Amino acid sequence: MELFDTFIQIFGSGIRLGVPLILACLAGLWSERSGVVDIGLEGKMLTGAFAGAAFATFTGSAWIGLLAGVTATVVASLIHGYASIDQRANQIVSGTAINMVADGLTALIGNAIWSQGGRTPQLSDTALFNAITLPFAESFGAVPIVGSIYRHLISGHDIVTYAAFALVPLTYWALYSTRFGLRLRAVGENPAAVDTAGISVRGLRYSAVIICGVLVGLSGVYLSLAQAAFFQPHMSAGKGFIALAALVFAKWRPWPALATCLLFGFLDALATRLQGVELPAIGAIPVQAIQSLPYILTVVLLAGFIGKAIPPRASGIPYVKER
Amino acid sequence: MAAPVAAGEDRVTTDAGRAPPAIELIGIDKSFGPVHANKNVNLRVERGVIHGIVGENGAGKSTLMSILYGFYEADAGEIRINGEPVRIRSSKEAISHGIGMVHQHFMLVYPLSVLDNVMLGAEGGPLLANGANAIRRRLAELGKEYGLEVDPDAIVGELSVGLQQRVEILKALVRGAEILVLDEPTAVLTPAEADQLFEMLRVLKSENKTIIFITHKLREIMSLTDRVSVMRRGEMVATFDTARTSPPELADAMVGRKVILKIDKSEAHPGRVALEVRNLVVRDDRDVVRVNGVSFVLREGEILGVAGVAGNGQSELLEALAGIRPLSAGEILVDGEPLPPAEHNPHAERLIGIGHVPEDRHRVGLVMPFEACESAMLGFHYETVYGRGLLYDRKAIIDDAEHKMEAFDVRPRAPLLKTANFSGGNQQKLVLAREIERNPKIMLVGQPTRGVDIGAIEFIHKRIVAQRDAGKALLLVSVELDEIFALSDRIIVLCGGRITGERRAEDTNAQDLGLLMAGVDERAA
Repeated sequence: MELFDTFIQIFGSGIRLGVPLILACLAGLWSERSGVVDIGLEGKMLTGAFAGAAFATFTGSAWIGLLAGVTATVVASLIHGYASIDQRANQIVSGTAINMVADGLTALIGNAIWSQGGRTPQLSDTALFNAITLPFAESFGAVPIVGSIYRHLISGHDIVTYAAFALVPLTYWALYSTRFGLRLRAVGENPAAVDTAGISVRGLRYSAVIICGVLVGLSGVYLSLAQAAFFQPHMSAGKGFIALAALVFAKWRPWPALATCLLFGFLDALATRLQGVELPAIGAIPVQAIQSLPYILTVVLLAGFIGKAIPPRASGIPYVKER
Repeated sequence: MAAPVAAGEDRVTTDAGRAPPAIELIGIDKSFGPVHANKNVNLRVERGVIHGIVGENGAGKSTLMSILYGFYEADAGEIRINGEPVRIRSSKEAISHGIGMVHQHFMLVYPLSVLDNVMLGAEGGPLLANGANAIRRRLAELGKEYGLEVDPDAIVGELSVGLQQRVEILKALVRGAEILVLDEPTAVLTPAEADQLFEMLRVLKSENKTIIFITHKLREIMSLTDRVSVMRRGEMVATFDTARTSPPELADAMVGRKVILKIDKSEAHPGRVALEVRNLVVRDDRDVVRVNGVSFVLREGEILGVAGVAGNGQSELLEALAGIRPLSAGEILVDGEPLPPAEHNPHAERLIGIGHVPEDRHRVGLVMPFEACESAMLGFHYETVYGRGLLYDRKAIIDDAEHKMEAFDVRPRAPLLKTANFSGGNQQKLVLAREIERNPKIMLVGQPTRGVDIGAIEFIHKRIVAQRDAGKALLLVSVELDEIFALSDRIIVLCGGRITGERRAEDTNAQDLGLLMAGVDERAA
């Protein structure tokens, strides 16, 4: 039973660590399915986290923080969109620029306002997204195993987490059952086909980029207003890049994206849990080795275990009408 | 033979009681920077006919059709559909005027199903479910009506090229196209598939649809069209009733002067075997077997043509022989000696006298941003005539290029001009000059006149025959049957990576080769 509780704890922690990955991964999915490669997810997460924390600090409202965070990332996405779609810039360069600017600017502005080395003040509970206890969690929680799972894994998360999980089927439905989704999938593969069918390539790609901004904004806000209670510089810690790796691993599909992000979240949780633990026959594993586990696994999995991941054929290529 | 009707006179006022033409283009003018692609073009296409448009590459056919389809807007001129002046600023507007287009490069989304492709842009509402059912029904109807059956749930990328083209036609019909434009539709088809297409187009015509058929193959014009217009250097030079014209007359109109379609060539005197290939197996980049057990000999003083529909292993065969693609099995013998694996690379092969004119000069043959003189020494850059040690002798390079350009009439005679700025024909002459001037005893030649204008074709063909007469062994890979006939002494036909037949050039004809190209293997029978 103790082992079971330990597992429940690790899984619960895995979900919490997986949520920002899921949101960022879905954000990347929308953008790249339309043909706009977004390597700037990391920078946008930071942007969203900072704007969210800053406005939650000013107003004391988590919701206004969320709105501000999402607005900021949509603006950042539109900048990337303008460079990629209208100016036909190199999308890797544009995305990298966003990463660098976001990394520096968030710390700079944070430090200018609060003089805490870029960190924002600790937020009170009312300015955060708190855990929601689902109905009957207490009473039903007494039931062995099933109840415990309900109480500790399914209940007790914040609204952003539930939204992230709801967004996976929503994305799936939108991609495969709506007109917009069909056009989006087509424009990432062959924009000329979309253009000659009388549909605006530019309009579709801008829509996708805005959706990407909203989703990655939620991911950033989650970091500062749900996982932590403040913003601090570099707090995204490579999650944007891990989300991109998960996207490749999931071959740009929503359900596999969810599974991959959860897997990465669990690995992260497991790594934390294993720190300092004496394993039989191996002994204590160095902290660094455990911390690098998710990254090593990412590389190994990406290199050998998923077969060929074929990206949307037109991703990264600006659309120019050919002569 | 009817006198050509000048394009201007052709625009007569509509007789009372007669239906207005389906399409009328009046004074269409379009420039791309310094390139004047369409000059005051007039065209009149009657309803319910198949109207051909012929012209050389770069004559402006595709530009004109792109204007009709709203891909570009004309700088000047008027478009009338059924007598009504219209403005077409986008594909959407073209579609709404009942114009459908089948592009040369298909506008298909390969990972999606036939249904999704047809539905794209005609979904019939924000959710797919209803529209999908309606389109499914419509596809079934069209399939019956015109013999255009396709499995709506098949993935487009897995269909044959002929079926993919059918999906393109269905896309236009589902959108209610009354006017169908086909841009070089047969370039990618087998002869049998092309016949099927023609049959389909005749049915569409009988349903009073109007069809514009763009090609540069006169044979197709003669067998399919009712009327034909000829474009040359951006101008519409003449329109004929097909029944009252002839291929030579059309060819003259296309180039503006008499051309010899058949070049004079003396009888071949094949000598000893220069190159022999035994049971060659070659795989492509995706590890698919593309050449499957091919054997043949090539003699000195002959041109061996390799015919076949594009994509049947010719490219891989040529690349394998040239040493740029590994052999999976089999061997190559040069002068009776097996080519050792260590010498199966382009450099070593050049040293023993095997020249290679690659199929795709843009990708393999030349470096477009390089100056012509640099492109003219690619592959031979190690030779001491160009310099010793680490440095090149710039003057020697330029002199050498000038000499080659002189010998092969490359225009403009500018060794310092960027390779990309030469026309296709002159780029090709540059490649030929580079290879032939090295005096190889075996020449591997791929698509020597692809994208080359007729004047340059003649020149290139003469050069190739001159090599043969000088006792060289030449292997010619071409998807143009006319070219195979014009040059080859002996012809082998590839289909599905196997040789389906071998003929002496004088003993065969297009029909015979067409059967072999379609895979009717006489050896298996």
